[in-house]
Amino acid sequence: MKQKRDILVIDDEPMVTRSVVKICSAEGMTVSDAGHASEALQSLEHYEFRLILCDIMMPELNGFQFLEELARRGIHTPVVMMTGYSTVENAVRSMTTTGAIDYIPKPFTADELLTVIQRSLRCATLLNDAESASLTRRDAMGYIPCPADYYKLGYVSWARMEDKGTAVIGVSDLFLKSAVGIRELELNQAGEDLLQGISCAEMTSSDGEKHSVMCPLSGRILTINSEAQSTPSLVEKDPYFRGWLYRILPSNPASDLQWLSL
Amino acid sequence: MFSNKIGLKLTFGVVLTILIAIGIFAFFNIQSEKQRLLTEVERHANQLSDAVKSDTEYDMLHNDRERIHESIHRIGNQEGIDRVRVFNKSGEIIYSSETAEIGTMVDQNAESCYRCHSAGAPLERLEQKERARVFHPHEDSPRLLGIINPIYNSPSCWTAACHAHPETQTVLGVLDVTIPLTEVDRNIRRSQMAVVILAISAILILSLIVGFMVRWWIDRPIRELLTGMKHVAGGNLGFRVKVKSEDELGMLARSYNNMTENLAEARLQLFQSDKLASLGRLAAGVAHEINNPLTAVLTNSSYLLKRSQGQPEMSEDLQVIVSETIRCREIVKSLLDFARQTVPKKRKADINEIIGRAAKVIENQLSMRQVELVMELEPTLPDVRVDANQIQQVFINLMVNALDAIGDNKGTIRITSKTISLNPTGVLQIKRALCPKRHDLVDRKVQIDAKPAISMRYRQQKQTGIIHLNPMYGSSEHRLNGMPAFDDSTELLCPDCSASLIVDGELCPKCGSPIYAFEVPLKGLVKGCLHEGCAWHHWKQVESSWDDEYVEVQVIDNGCGIPEEQLPKLFEPFATTKGQKGTGLGLAVTWGIIDNHNGTISVKSELGVGTSFIILIPVGT
Repeated sequence: MKQKRDILVIDDEPMVTRSVVKICSAEGMTVSDAGHASEALQSLEHYEFRLILCDIMMPELNGFQFLEELARRGIHTPVVMMTGYSTVENAVRSMTTTGAIDYIPKPFTADELLTVIQRSLRCATLLNDAESASLTRRDAMGYIPCPADYYKLGYVSWARMEDKGTAVIGVSDLFLKSAVGIRELELNQAGEDLLQGISCAEMTSSDGEKHSVMCPLSGRILTINSEAQSTPSLVEKDPYFRGWLYRILPSNPASDLQWLSL
Repeated sequence: MFSNKIGLKLTFGVVLTILIAIGIFAFFNIQSEKQRLLTEVERHANQLSDAVKSDTEYDMLHNDRERIHESIHRIGNQEGIDRVRVFNKSGEIIYSSETAEIGTMVDQNAESCYRCHSAGAPLERLEQKERARVFHPHEDSPRLLGIINPIYNSPSCWTAACHAHPETQTVLGVLDVTIPLTEVDRNIRRSQMAVVILAISAILILSLIVGFMVRWWIDRPIRELLTGMKHVAGGNLGFRVKVKSEDELGMLARSYNNMTENLAEARLQLFQSDKLASLGRLAAGVAHEINNPLTAVLTNSSYLLKRSQGQPEMSEDLQVIVSETIRCREIVKSLLDFARQTVPKKRKADINEIIGRAAKVIENQLSMRQVELVMELEPTLPDVRVDANQIQQVFINLMVNALDAIGDNKGTIRITSKTISLNPTGVLQIKRALCPKRHDLVDRKVQIDAKPAISMRYRQQKQTGIIHLNPMYGSSEHRLNGMPAFDDSTELLCPDCSASLIVDGELCPKCGSPIYAFEVPLKGLVKGCLHEGCAWHHWKQVESSWDDEYVEVQVIDNGCGIPEEQLPKLFEPFATTKGQKGTGLGLAVTWGIIDNHNGTISVKSELGVGTSFIILIPVGT
């Protein structure tokens, strides 16, 4: 039986790991650190972690190769990717590669880091519960299943392609559940351009934390769901139908969709 | 050499056509002239032959051989007659102007007999036109024309006293008159010569004219174009082709000039974006390196800030560290975004608050340099959707520039903000104005308020001249250069091609005078009225898509000012006025940010007095 710990942080920059360890321990979490992927794999042999924070650009194994190695070893600990080179591609890959569940661009404040960690931990718990529970129990727990023809960007957001060539986008149920209740919702305006992998809406949860919703598709906003804007709780109640956020005209659907899962 | 000159090819083609046409004409002319002369001689010879026949008829009937001899000899020795002879049906020469011949036999195949005896049975009748024959007796003698005149049997012959001919005989003999064609041939040669000389000179003259026209209308403009293209290919995009004509080549040249002008602009932009792209690559590399240490600073300072809630003094300082580190993060990010040309992250924000935050950042520098900062901010400024970090960066850039301009002298920086309503009038500069034949009316040599003016030619009764219109849309401060009061008879023309600029069938809605119009490429027609006291103007495309409410922010310093020649290049990357001190990027980035917000930034400066930057951001977006 492996010893249980909360967080494993992997970064080739000791200043970063040291800072993360300090903040997380101050919050009462148990944290280990590793300077590179192989050191992390050694740690994983001795401990069982609830969450891994992993840098993308590292010598030897990079972050995505590390994810492959985890899958090969059958380790299902959820991973949050970090990077100082915040490109759209890095962001989208971090949300969609098996094993990774979230993404945080460096540099970040203590609060931003804690928000992402809390959300990811909640998300991991929800995913675990879902896996172990039966279908009926899932329904009883209030899960709202995502319709089959919706494209999903990780567990964060979804897009539904319409016949006219437009697309509707919104937030996924799991993301809303992980963020514990929406108090405020700030949306962009019609006519503005959205980029896949970049924040398209800002949610403030009931605990006062701010959560950015990563946009699933690039395109120009045609209309905004004013109903959702005025009553943010609608998004939580009916995230896949009445709680949509934008109707957009996708600018590059072919290449965007290959990152999304059905 | 020949095959690659279009002018020569064209000239050759036309000359060849002329050559063939005139050659054919000359050939037929010579032929018909020859025929005409020959026919004339033939007619003359026939007359002569008939005259000889009737002259000797009487003597024949009386069988007076001496007189016939004498007559034929006399006629045959006249000038212009070769010989006259009569032979009987069996071919024996009975009379001849050459006595030696008399009594000799003529063969049936001889030239004079051949005409009738060529067929199996001899002809009994010979038509007038068939009587003549042209022949050479021997190789180098002149040509001769022979006329055979058959002497037919008639009642007076067989009833004559001599009873020489029986009644059954049809043809009694033949009178043969031969005339030399020496004179005719000489005439033919002379007229041949004249026609050939005429043809050659016509060909020469026409070829010269064609060659000249081709050279003037085609060769020369094409060579001009070619020179232009060589210049452009060599990289000289400032070269303009000088072709004045109104034909297709003239249009081609003007289109070509337009194209090079656009190309020059595009190249400048490309050059700038190239610089920005390398800046982007640099930024991407630097970003990764900077973000790691920034992570350590930001996490630790924000963590300390959380823990220092009870100590106001310390938490205030920590707040500065945290917010400035966040600003560093946004600068690095916006540098990446700027190089990647992504959209700014716009949220509703109070511009005054952003100005306050920017001022706070450079507070220390201001007090160290003893520069006073005066803020005149309109308290009721509407919220504007902007990327607050980018806009803050703009204000900081401008204030740091102002500080540098003030230098070691004591000075003042004033920042003002207010809401203004703007219509496009007086804000929009018309940079290109085209006549109906697409000549650019904007004259770079004449400037009004340092901006190239729009030139037009007026014509009223007998007076004509050039006027210069203010290129700022809607401005009525034109230079009319003594044009008489504008009325219905005034014509406004393009100075280049004299195409009329007056709009047919449309009158000024304000004063009812005729109006002028010109086209701004891609932006539609600009119409206006020049009637005295009426400043009506209309630009449909601009008026319909114009936002009228703006937040105006001015950053004004009383520093050293910027030399006038540097003003036009101020917002280009790497165009620093600070020598080694500046990077030359500040104002380019500033311009890019304001442009991304659909705003405008302009500058006014006077050496030794100061500089003011004016930013306009539309409230609507």
